[in-house]
Amino acid sequence: MDPLIGALVGAPLLGAGILLVGGRRLDRTGHWIGCLWAAVSFVIGVVLFADLLSRSPAQRTLTSHLFTWVPVAGFQADVGFQLDQLSMTFVLLITGVGTLIHIYSVGYMEHDENRRKFFGYLNLFLAAMLLLVLADNYLLLYVGWEGVGLASYLLIGFWQHKPSAATAAKKAFLVNRVGDMGLSIAIMVMFTTFGSFAFRPVFAHVGDVSQGRLTTIGLLLLLAACGKSAQVPLQSWLGDAMEGPTPVSALIHAATMVTAGVYLVVRSGAIFNAAPTAQLAVCVVGAVTLVFGAIVGCAKDDIKKALAGSTMSQIGYMMLAAGLGPIGYVFAIMHLVTHGFFKAGLFLGAGSVMHGMNDEVDMRRFGALRTYMPVTFVTFGLGYLAIIGFPGLSGYWSKDKIIEAAFAKGGTEGWTLGAVALVGAGITAFYMTRVMLMTFFGDKRWQPDAEGHEPHPHESPKIMTIPMSILAFGSVFAGGLFSINSAFLKWLQPVTGHSDGHSPVATWEITVATLVVLILGVGLAWQSYGRQAVPAVAPRGSLLTRAARRDLLQDDFNHVVLVRGGEHLTRSLVYLDHTVVDGAVNGTAAGVGGLSGRLRRLQNGFVRSYAVSMLGGTAVLVAATLLMRGV
Amino acid sequence: MNPANYLYLSALLFTIGAAGVLIRRNAIIVFMCVELMLNACNLAFVTFSRLHGNLDGQIIAFFTMVVAAAEVVVGLAIIVTFFRSRHSASVDDADLMKL
Amino acid sequence: MTTSTGEAIQFWVLGIVAVLGALGTVGMRKAVHSALCLAGTMIVLAVFYLAQGAYFLGIVQIVVYTGAVMMLFLFVVMLVGITAADSLKETIRGQRAAAVLCGIGFGILLIAGIANASLHRFTGLAQANAGGNVEGLARLVFTTYVWAFEITGALLITAAVGAMVLTHRERTERPATQREQSEARVREGRNVTPLPAPGVFARHNAVDVPGLLPDGTPSELTVNQTLRARGQVRDVGGEQERRVRKLEQRSDEYVEGVTEGEGAPEGGRDRSGDNDGANHAEGAAK
Repeated sequence: MDPLIGALVGAPLLGAGILLVGGRRLDRTGHWIGCLWAAVSFVIGVVLFADLLSRSPAQRTLTSHLFTWVPVAGFQADVGFQLDQLSMTFVLLITGVGTLIHIYSVGYMEHDENRRKFFGYLNLFLAAMLLLVLADNYLLLYVGWEGVGLASYLLIGFWQHKPSAATAAKKAFLVNRVGDMGLSIAIMVMFTTFGSFAFRPVFAHVGDVSQGRLTTIGLLLLLAACGKSAQVPLQSWLGDAMEGPTPVSALIHAATMVTAGVYLVVRSGAIFNAAPTAQLAVCVVGAVTLVFGAIVGCAKDDIKKALAGSTMSQIGYMMLAAGLGPIGYVFAIMHLVTHGFFKAGLFLGAGSVMHGMNDEVDMRRFGALRTYMPVTFVTFGLGYLAIIGFPGLSGYWSKDKIIEAAFAKGGTEGWTLGAVALVGAGITAFYMTRVMLMTFFGDKRWQPDAEGHEPHPHESPKIMTIPMSILAFGSVFAGGLFSINSAFLKWLQPVTGHSDGHSPVATWEITVATLVVLILGVGLAWQSYGRQAVPAVAPRGSLLTRAARRDLLQDDFNHVVLVRGGEHLTRSLVYLDHTVVDGAVNGTAAGVGGLSGRLRRLQNGFVRSYAVSMLGGTAVLVAATLLMRGV
Repeated sequence: MNPANYLYLSALLFTIGAAGVLIRRNAIIVFMCVELMLNACNLAFVTFSRLHGNLDGQIIAFFTMVVAAAEVVVGLAIIVTFFRSRHSASVDDADLMKL
Repeated sequence: MTTSTGEAIQFWVLGIVAVLGALGTVGMRKAVHSALCLAGTMIVLAVFYLAQGAYFLGIVQIVVYTGAVMMLFLFVVMLVGITAADSLKETIRGQRAAAVLCGIGFGILLIAGIANASLHRFTGLAQANAGGNVEGLARLVFTTYVWAFEITGALLITAAVGAMVLTHRERTERPATQREQSEARVREGRNVTPLPAPGVFARHNAVDVPGLLPDGTPSELTVNQTLRARGQVRDVGGEQERRVRKLEQRSDEYVEGVTEGEGAPEGGRDRSGDNDGANHAEGAAK
């Protein structure tokens, strides 16, 4: 069974290779080749999953050592895979949702002449993400990490003929680099601390290392996670990443990329458990991002950007849960999986809407689409109900557990984090209801596009609606299935560990509170967007709304603090370089030059002058000899 | 008379020769002054030979003469070559290597 | 052991001569004079060698130095130009002052050093020269110093070869034959004939006098190129021209007189252009 783990990564990688090397002659069949290899990977994943299930929980860790990458004394870098329950969960999510998105893309990208390349990149994305979750050491994980960064860059900038897309890709890549730097430094610190960066020896020796070291590693890993998972303060790339084709957004937001940060934190749980400061930092980052993303999501009129804000917020939930330690790890991953289903469904639904509306993204120009796109409406609606945590649907099971776990942390922190998570649930209900109402209900606000084509909303082809239906199915039932008999908890517990904690609030109280904020949020949205007509042009709005439309001034903040600050720093460094460094160098040169100019006069080219100096030197020698004899 | 007088004479001749090397521009005369210096040294050697009562000083003087002869041959050849190319025998004209 | 009074007198007299010769070597403007002064000094030194018991060296000094080396110097002086006198004006600023300063300082140091040494007693060469000075030297040269002797031999040979290499100019192509030279002259279109001769038989018996053109001006072409380059062409300037013109005028008058009167065939002798002839003709006309 072990070689299959390598095949898991190899299949989409092979697909990417075939598609990218194959060239134009594969244009007609390329998309099916891409789907095929993604599906092969999924099938292998299912086979391995069955294999794992057949084993006893203690023996569910498979390893596969391919070869030694860097065989240097004292520095051993292996290419090896480790498949345990955590990796398996990710593998199924990535390949499953990934394959559905592949199939959906066949329809969505039908008229794009670079469709083959697109599928090559998609396969590359899957391969990198699988490498990331299957690596048995941090260095190989880093390779996958960078591969994900590369693939996201290629996909976000897929329509690079649009300057905005090229810029967005560059932005995503650069912001990710900041996080990548954190990961690379973390690996270096890890190596100097533990003498290794493989998971097993590192986690085994966590107890032998000082608290400070662990906190350092933890914070650096958090920085890395912030970059990939778009958490504050490295969140700015996610909104702009919507410039990519919608399936890419779905892939980034549901199955790959943003989940990598959560995976990293949960995988490094042993380190975080021993470093409470780093853990608290994870919680704070998660809580801040949760509210940040939710507020941004409330103000956006662009359907994809509203969903992007939502993703940010939901990943915030996961980070919050991951930061809670063993109480939260399982729920972080559970929410990640359920979120994978409904967020992929929502994005594919949004893509379907755009597909029918001439690629319009402004929700103020939608409205009343429920009758024109019934399948999209239903699948999107189920995803909507799941994300707001409607009782019984996936989001309800996972999000409630996170809120519960936040309260269970205890003390002031517990209350604060719990309250934030609860409020976040209310805001989630508000903005998702807003998206739902503005898109599918109300009056028609359609407008012709720039070339004057009247939109003719129509249902998308089957190849797009079938994946959406499957995802909607997952959105509805996944959470419930996981929670029957605490199946998911039992499945993951051997890897992540679990403790129940003791919540100061009873479970039913939290459920009731969640339902109350949920109803409040939905009601408020209905009040604003359901009962009143939605204006086709956005009203000016309050100060907070205007700030939220500008992503809560994240770009302005980055510009003022980082760009301006950087410019000032470089300018002063250049000045320093010119005056001090160059001054010293040029001064030395000028000094030597001046001295040489004086000395040069001795070298006048006349033999007789040289002879004088010789005679003078001889006289000095004779004098010295006589003096020495005299002494 | 003290034979040291020969040494004083030798020092005097040597100094005059050295001054000549520094002052004269004609390469041939410069060469002659060098010869004068060598001869002054020879006188000192011969005098030392007498002072010490052995012939080693004279042997050195003899070798000096041989070396001086060789030097004159090469030196004059250089002067002739130089004169051919520069139409001058002034040492100050041989300044191609200055800046 | 002491020295004789005779040697003391000899030292003081000849020592002064030697110093004067050395000063002459340095101070004479013409290289020939310098060489002669140096030769004098060397002879004096040879005498001193003899007086000090270095008989072999004394003879060698005369034969090799004054005889061979100095003649070589004179030979080169002739080659370079015997008449060229040096200017003693210093051209390098501060050179003379520095030279005198260094020289005096060095001399004082040397003399002080010698004065400092205790040289009141000396051994003398009576014992060393007992078996003959030449034999003694030969014994040393061929025993103790045989290695140095061989080396100096090699040095001399090297120097001889070096001098030949320096002065020799390798011919890189076949010398042009007379025929080729004349063809080249014809092709260039000038001096087809051999160059005109200098005015050797006209007034002088030296080659540095240019031949005169029919109008009495000197022709540069007639003098050797090397002499022209050295600026050693003898000036036959305006006075000669005037004399020639006067001579022509008189001969014209004479010819007129002859055609008027008896007519004499003597003009041909006058026209041979000899200066003495011209003077004679002048005198005759008076």
